[in-house]
Order: sequence, then structure tokens, then C-alpha cells
Amino acid sequence: MNQEGILRHSATRLLGLIPTLLVLITIAFFLIRMAPGGPFDSEKLLPPEIRANLDAKYHLDEPLVQQYFRYLGQIITLDFGPSFQYKDWTVNELIARGFPVSLTVGGLAMLLAFFVGTSIGIIAALRQNTAVDYSVMGIAMLGISIPNFVVAPLLILVLAVYQGWLPAGGWDWSIPRMVLPVVTLALPVIAYIARLTRGSMIEVLHSNYIRTARAKGLPGYLVIGRHALKPALLPVISFMGPATAGLITGSVVIERIYSIPGLGSYFVQGALNRDYTLVMGVVIFYGVVIILLNFIVDLLYAWMNPKIRYDEVQ
Amino acid sequence: MNTPADMQIPKPQVVKAEVEDPFAAAMAGQDVRGRSLWVDAWHRLLKNKAAVISGIIMFIMLLLVIAGPLVSPWEGDFTDWDNTASPPNFETGHWFGTDAVGRDILVRTLEGGRISLLVGLVATLVSLAIGVTYGAVAGYYGGFTDRIMMRLVDIIYALPFMFFVILLMVVFGRHIVLIFVAIGAVNWLDMARIVRGQTLGLKNTEFVEAARACGVDHKAIIRRHIIPNLLGVVMVYVTLTIPQVILVESFLSFLGLGVQEPMSSWGALVNDGAQDMESAPWTLVFPATFLTVTLYCFNYIGDGMRDALDPKDRA
Amino acid sequence: MALLEVRDLRVQFETPEGVVQAVNGIDFHLESGETLAIVGESGAGKSQLVMAIMGLLAENGSASGAADFKGQDLMQMPQKELNKIRGREIAMIFQDPMTSLNPFLTIEKQMTEVVMHHQGLGKHEARGHAVEMLRAVRIPDPEERVKQYPHEYSGGMRQRVMIAMGLLCEPDLLIADEPSTALDVTVQAQIMQLVGELRDKSNMSMILITHDLAVVAEICDRIIVMYAGEMVEAGTVDDIFYRPRHPYTQGLLASVPRLDRLADDELHTIPGNPPNLLDLPSGCRFRDRCSLAREVCFEAPPLQVQDDGCMSRCFIDMNSGEFLPVQSNSDEDNTGEDSM
Repeated sequence: MNQEGILRHSATRLLGLIPTLLVLITIAFFLIRMAPGGPFDSEKLLPPEIRANLDAKYHLDEPLVQQYFRYLGQIITLDFGPSFQYKDWTVNELIARGFPVSLTVGGLAMLLAFFVGTSIGIIAALRQNTAVDYSVMGIAMLGISIPNFVVAPLLILVLAVYQGWLPAGGWDWSIPRMVLPVVTLALPVIAYIARLTRGSMIEVLHSNYIRTARAKGLPGYLVIGRHALKPALLPVISFMGPATAGLITGSVVIERIYSIPGLGSYFVQGALNRDYTLVMGVVIFYGVVIILLNFIVDLLYAWMNPKIRYDEVQ
Repeated sequence: MNTPADMQIPKPQVVKAEVEDPFAAAMAGQDVRGRSLWVDAWHRLLKNKAAVISGIIMFIMLLLVIAGPLVSPWEGDFTDWDNTASPPNFETGHWFGTDAVGRDILVRTLEGGRISLLVGLVATLVSLAIGVTYGAVAGYYGGFTDRIMMRLVDIIYALPFMFFVILLMVVFGRHIVLIFVAIGAVNWLDMARIVRGQTLGLKNTEFVEAARACGVDHKAIIRRHIIPNLLGVVMVYVTLTIPQVILVESFLSFLGLGVQEPMSSWGALVNDGAQDMESAPWTLVFPATFLTVTLYCFNYIGDGMRDALDPKDRA
Repeated sequence: MALLEVRDLRVQFETPEGVVQAVNGIDFHLESGETLAIVGESGAGKSQLVMAIMGLLAENGSASGAADFKGQDLMQMPQKELNKIRGREIAMIFQDPMTSLNPFLTIEKQMTEVVMHHQGLGKHEARGHAVEMLRAVRIPDPEERVKQYPHEYSGGMRQRVMIAMGLLCEPDLLIADEPSTALDVTVQAQIMQLVGELRDKSNMSMILITHDLAVVAEICDRIIVMYAGEMVEAGTVDDIFYRPRHPYTQGLLASVPRLDRLADDELHTIPGNPPNLLDLPSGCRFRDRCSLAREVCFEAPPLQVQDDGCMSRCFIDMNSGEFLPVQSNSDEDNTGEDSM
């Protein structure tokens, strides 16, 4: 494994992230500013002087471009500014409150999706074209097709209301409250990973080096475990990047349905109430998370695949 | 959210002869009948039971949403005060029941279907137009242009697009045309990548090289070689994008950012239904079922088309 | 007792277009220390024949017949039993060295697992064996190279690794499926010479599948010629090269470009293509391309067997070169003897 190659590769990739971030920040900034109405419109009608004072305090009276650069400067020092909605809170504090919640739900969902999804996919691949395979894949297709805001109410109805086994929502860091949101969030990802794993495993099992392994007289578990597993899982690893983005997207709906105080909820509220700084903060924060995760996935992939040469030919 | 990471580019096929020994047959002066890629693919698609059944269901669905509201005795916004929040009942004529203000769920579901399917189709066409143009340009010109354009795609790909859609809806209000544009504008990336990859590959194939060596000009090459081979992959992709787009619109409606009353879509209906799900589950079940069945079927059809165009890719 | 005795081996595949009979009743035997060549065009069924013997057919394939290896019928063995024989008593090397090694595992891992699994050796001992074997197949600097990955080896080197891997447990039989076809011509010669040397040192039996007759002449004892899933001729190397009986064999030999031919001579070819296995011609499968074919060839030709083991599936008598008198055979399959 080429040590210095990895370093060089990582450095280039890290540098490449900066333009991405800039684009992200810029688009979000100008977009939210374009919304008619300002952050203080929902207040009771304020006398013009106080309004002017507020605007000045938050620099809303400056030209847009100037506000932009001022904001950039703030970002570099990791200061997302005060929230317009929640007057006593800074955005940093709100993110610090909301993110751990979203992270727990999302992280657990990701783990669940990975392990359950790959297991199902491998079993289906090993039993290709049997009843097991068809039924599992049919259910997986269902998992991809049913939107989570359909599944969630159904789950709540059955498990929480009728059976009373689990609480219907809310958040207090207790395990029972985590079950439904995590499972609902994970379902489409489990399904997608299952299909992906199955396809990949089937392809690997047909490759020449598996034929060689069999010809060497290796027993089934060694052929699968030692020779087939790693190559089959590579596409799944690659998928982890987009999967994270998907989980973040899904979390917006999940947090709303299950009344979970995560970043997704904050974002939606902020968008509706024109809380510029909060919205910007969440978008940038999540953007950074996605970018970082894609970066880690890249590294992981390169580490697992000895064939990768670190040039742009990919 | 569903990025078809497993999307493979189907390999273009050359004409296949049906005669068992074409050499001998040709020597004997017989006509060697060719079987084109499309006929082959169509036959393979028809053999895929899941895809065929899904296709039939979708056709029926289309008929229902177009014709259903026309033949139904109820209007979508008619409030039947005698029968509010009542379960499905043939006698009252409300086959799917009514919602809290007495609107017939069947009609609402079908009309919602019109909107959902319309959004699916139009937004997909928007993303198709942007994506194909972008991808073809990048792939055809190659080199520096291609690298810059694809870098841009990479950057945008990394952004949490759902958030931007939400922002767009918040900023510009909830006009339906905006929904088409917003979703389409955010979804074109995958299409661009695929088209660009395919174009690049096609540019360098031996049969394009051969065509150029025979003196065929660019326009004819594009017309005869590149576009037909693009069509296949684009068609597959369109079929897979439609459910994604419908899903996004449903999300938006669910969050209250979708189409505005009195127009309704399946997402909005599910949202409404979810509120009353304990007392009136039928308000949730019917729109949810229609939505799920539609997505399910489109996915199977898309899968079937992909398998039909490149059987080696069978997943 | 012969090391390997194959009787009426048939292989078929279920395809969407129908059932394909890839191998249609092959018999042969292999003695200890012998090298047998199986020769034929692509699609003749050569690979499927040995895959069936090894139990490595694809899911849609099925085989019938018997393959007695040291007295035990491989065709009837469950996978667990076969696994003990594969890699240890029978080794196989394949045509495409570029894809036959696992790109995600080191050479060491892939080689040592064979001896560690079959002979219970420890890691160090196993590595020692592997390094020795790499040296025997002339890989330079084996102690270092053994830790590398396949993509760091060239095609020829990878094939050497495959050979080394196959020989690690000192098998009684090595099956080589077109081992040099995918390599450059100069490398081909090296590989085949290497294979011959190693075989000589250990008195190992070998089945060599190839469509390169030159290679056959160098290192093989006997030859089986296959066409469209059937055996059309068999005999010693001398028999086949100097006295080919079957028109197909004659065509094959005539097609080999020779250095001593005049520059103006056209290259000899056998006209036409091998038949579509889904739609076989009646009678002799070669008749569409045979310059000697007559009406009688629309019937299934008999398999003529001589005392010295030479065989020919043809209506042309092996000794006289004349057409045999027509006999209406009741059985369709070509396992009947015919004398004259």
C-alpha cells in the first residue's frame, strides 16, 4: 500500500473541498436572502426606529454583498451568529443542541442499514433465483418504494397506538423512544443496500478468481468470507456517502413525525420563519458533514482496494 | 435520495443475424435478416413478468386518474355534510370514505394522482432536458470543458439538495410550476453523469471510429450512432427518475411546502390522512396505497428496462 | 488401473433459448505420468468437459456419466468430498491469468491458504513452501514478491503464480485449460516449457487443453480432438500428426502456418463456422464443412476404435481411407464400434 500516495491523495481531496463549501455557502446565502420578508416580519408591528435599530444591529441594512463577506468572515471563525428566531440563543448553541440528537438517530440508522442490509443481500445472493431470493428482493423493492412518511404513521398506529409497545414519539434519550425513528429512517436504506449487496455479490461470485478459489478446494465459507466478501462490499462502502445525504434528508421528515428536536426540525422552522442565520448554519453544517463523510468513505475505499492508484484517472 | 449507484451503462449491440450459419447462408445467396437491439430488448422486457405486470398496473392507474374524476359523481372539493369522516360505504357512494369535511376520498385520491403523476412527468422532463444537454456537451467536447463541468456536478452533488428544494419553496412560494422546476433542477445531476459517461464511451468506440474513417460527418455520427445508443440509457433513467421525483414532491407536500389547496397530491393527502389516522384510517390508507403502488411499479419497470437493454447487468 | 477414467461424459446447459448439449458422450482414460492434450476450436466443449470433472460447472449446467479418479467417481461425489481432492490431488489452472487471481489478497495469502487448508501447515512453513515454489517457476526475488498484490505482476508472471499455486500440494493430476493462450507468444513458449519441466520432475499426469498444435507436439503423449461437443479423433501424438484420419484433424493440421511453405501459397482454412449447438445438423456434425462429405454423412457416423487406442468418428475407414459400407445403426449415439 502506497503510504505517501494516500497522503498526497487526501491532501488534494481536502483542498478540493473548499470550493465545494464556498459554492454551498454562497448559494444558500443568496437564496435565503431572496425570500420576501425579513426575519422580523412576524413580530408585532414594530415602530420604525426600533426596526431600524434591529436591522442595524444585525447588519441587515448593509448592501447584500457586504453582508455576504461579513458572513464569510464569521464562518471562518466558526461563528454562525445569533438566531433570529430564538432570541437568547446563538446558532452554534442550537446546533450543539440539535445535532447530537440527529446524529444518534442517523448514526444508529446507518449502522442498522449497513449490517441488516448487507446480511440480507448476501443471503439473497447465495440463494439466487430461489423463492427466498425473490421474496426478499420483493420486500426490498417495497422498502424503497414506500415513503417513510407513509411507513411511520403505520408503524406508529400498529406498534404504539394499538399494541402500546413503544412510545409514539418525543425524545428523552431513552432506548424505547429511539426504536421507531431509527427503524423508520433506516428502512429505505436497508432495502437499497440489500439490493446493491445482492447484485454485487452475484457479480463477484461469477468472477474468475472465485472459480480459482473453488478449484483450489476451499470450502464454501472460506470462498465467501475470504475471497468474495470484500470485493462484494466495495460498492456498498461507496454508497455510504450518498446514503448519509439520504439519511439527512430523511431525518427532516422523521423528526417532524416523531417530534424529535433535531437539526432537521430546526431547519424547517427556520426556513418558514426566515431565520437566516439558523438556516445558513444548518445548511453549512450538514454540508460539511456530508463532505467530510464522503471524504472518509473515499479513504476507506482506497484502503480496501489495493488497486487504486492515486491519480485523477478515476 | 435514491442514487442509482449500481447503474451500469448498457453496451451498444451490433446487429445480430438469426440464421444459424450466416456464412453458408450468405454464400448461398440467402437474405440474412437482422434483429435490431430494440426488438431484442423489447422481447426480453416482455419476458420479465414483474415489469409487465407493473406496466399493466401503471396503465390502469393512468386511466383511473385521467378518467376517474370525470365519471365520479363527486367533485374533489364538494363537501358532503351528511357524510363527514365516514368509512368506505357503497351505499352512500363514497367508496373510499370521506375525510373530516366530507370530501370523497376516492375522487381526491384520483385527482391527487393527476398532480403527483404530472409532477413526476414534468419534473423528470425538466431534469432530462438539463441533464442530457449538460452531459452530452461535457462528454462530446471532453478535455478541459468536461473536467470543469463534471467538477461542478461533483460539487453540487455533495450538497444536501432536499434542503435547497425546501429553501426554494420557501423563498418563491408554492406555485406548481415552481415545483416542477425546483425538483427538476435539483435532480438532473445523475442524468448528466450517465449521459456524459455514455457519450464519452461512444465517442471512442470502434464503430464510431470506423464511421469517421469512412468519412461520415459529425452530425450523421451523432444522429445514427450516438443518439440511438443514448436513448436506451436515457429511457431507463427516466423511468427510474419518475418515482424519485414523485417521492420528493410527496416529501414537500408532507412538510406543507407542496402544492397549494385546493390542488392536492398524494403526499398532501397522506399528510392529511396521517393526522386523522386513528379515527379515520381510510383517509391515510388509500392515498398511501396508490402512492406506494405507483412507486413500486415504476421501479420494477425501470429495473426491467435496464435488464432488457443489457442482460449481463442483471442484478 | 488408470489414474482417470472418463465414461460417457455429457454436459448440458439450460439457456433461455433451450437446452445446449455442450459435451455429448466423451470417453477417455489417463495413465499416471501421461500427458493428454484435448484439442479443438473455441466452443468445442473442451473446457466444459474438465469443469464437469472438477465439479465446477455453472448453475445452469448439469453433467452425467462417470469420471473415476483413482477408482472413485468424481461425478457422484458431494462438494465436501470434492473439495478434498481439488487443489490437493487434482489441480487446475485457467486460461486468463489477469482475472484468475483475487485482486484484493496478497499472493502470499492466496498461495499459503492452499497448503494451510489441505496439509494443515502453519503460516511460516506455508510461506516457505510458497516462496520455494515461486522460485521454481522462476519469479525473481520471491521473498519480496510474495507479499505483493496480483496487479503488481505481469500477465506471464501471474500465470506462473497460478502454476506454482497449483503445484503446491504436489497433485497427481494437473489440468491446464489453455494456459498460454492469453499471453504473448514469447511468454507462451516460456510457460509451456516451464510446465513441461515441472511435469518431468514429478511424474505428474496432465490434461492440457489447447488449440495450439505446436505446443501439443512439444510436451504431450496423446491427443483427443473434439468438435461440437464430440470426440472425433484420438491417438498418440505421432498418430495424429503423421496419420490424421478424421477430415477435421486433417484440416486443423493443414491450417497451421508453416515456415517452409512457399510465400505465394494461400493459407489453408476450414470453411464455415462450428455449428450452433441449439440447432445441430443431423448425422455427422462436421459434414457442412467437410470437403469429403457424402450422402451417407447425414447419418450418425460410427466411432471406429483400433487396438492401439486410436479412434476416429467418421465413415471413412481408418486403415483403408475408403468410405465404410452404410449400416443402419439403431442407436443414435456414437458409441458403437465398427470394424473393417
